[in-house]
Amino acid sequence: MKVAVLSGKGGTGKTLVSVNLASVAKESLYIDCDVEEPNGHLFFKPKNYASESIEVKIPFSDEKLCSGCRKCVEFCKFNALAFIINKVIVFDNVCHSCGGCILLCPEQAFAEKDKLIGKVQYGVSENVTVMTGVLNPGESSGVPIIKKLLQDIVSGPELIIIDCPPGSACIVMESIKDADYCILVAEPTLFGVHNLNLVYELVKLFKKPHGVILNKCVEGENPAEKFCLEKDIKVIGKIPFDGGLGTLNSNALISVRENKKYHDLFASILQVVTKEGSYETVTNP
Amino acid sequence: MKVAIPVDDKSMSTNVSQSFGRTPYYLIYDTDSKKSVFLDNSAIASQGGAGIKAAQTIVDSNINAIITPQCGENAAEVLKTANIKLYKTINFSVQDNICALNDGKLPILEDIHPGFHGHGGN
Ligand code: SF4
Ligand code: SF4
Repeated sequence: MKVAVLSGKGGTGKTLVSVNLASVAKESLYIDCDVEEPNGHLFFKPKNYASESIEVKIPFSDEKLCSGCRKCVEFCKFNALAFIINKVIVFDNVCHSCGGCILLCPEQAFAEKDKLIGKVQYGVSENVTVMTGVLNPGESSGVPIIKKLLQDIVSGPELIIIDCPPGSACIVMESIKDADYCILVAEPTLFGVHNLNLVYELVKLFKKPHGVILNKCVEGENPAEKFCLEKDIKVIGKIPFDGGLGTLNSNALISVRENKKYHDLFASILQVVTKEGSYETVTNP
Repeated sequence: MKVAIPVDDKSMSTNVSQSFGRTPYYLIYDTDSKKSVFLDNSAIASQGGAGIKAAQTIVDSNINAIITPQCGENAAEVLKTANIKLYKTINFSVQDNICALNDGKLPILEDIHPGFHGHGGN
């Protein structure tokens, strides 16, 4: 079962939830798709056994073949191409490697070169296999790294936790594409509701079974919980705003490995997720 | 010489726009004929690479120099490759900047900011 963990913005506890759910399972695979800021490995401190560079194809145009028709410049929706003083300039850091310009050039003036954009790391931390995607700073898109991370899952542990990038951009869509269940992590503030709504719209669009985990819960009114009630979204767990948990987390320790209370908390959440996920897959093939 | 200034409105009393790539219009001023025209910036709606597209428009309009408060690195690369001079605005007033240009008192634009590479807003 593939479970994607999402949040509308960073810092809501998405990694806390992902890391602890992965750790509380008997055996699991944790995939960090938050490639611009992968933090999961800081908790797992995995013994890495492999690392693979990720390269993309960047086009370049041969001046001698180019007729200056500019079809490529007009086509590129990312505006990665410019035509200046009789030649095509390619902006590597804007190009999304869609390959369109290469295909449509009537003179076949384009060739490709490889460009390193990041890496994928493989490691182990006790019961958890850890895969981490890392995008080099300044690169335009982490999608090729996510694709690599997710295509490498063939068989393996029963539970796969996908720690998604924050937000709802195309890189997040790529991360949840194959997920069986989506967990939305929300903070109990009005701003938290706004962020929750972003990812809620996304999972609805993709018709993914989903549930919300309310993080940093305190006594009193919780706007995120109210939102869930209104929209009829299932709340699958509540994590209290708790000094102990905060301290463990800020010391980059995995709470379920340190403390029985948190072990039980996340174990019960995982039970709900497993039940919801497989229930949904039965009724919603 | 033809200069382009990013502006907020199609009027001579308009202000200089804060963004080169995402300005709605450019004022094109010809220092020889003293005539001005306005040019729409089609790059304003681009998701990413607005600066590159805008710079391409400027190059295609045979502009010799731009006057702007700031400019992204990709746009600057296009403009520099096309031998277009980059001047920095002294204030928001279009008139003041044109006068300063005529008097040779405009500073060269030095601070080129790194691009956002399509991360902004999508
Ligand atoms: S499409 Fe090909 S021939 Fe036309 S401008 Fe681009 S590179 Fe040159
Ligand atoms: S490969 Fe795609 S994104 Fe890259 S320059 Fe060509 S058309 Fe643009």
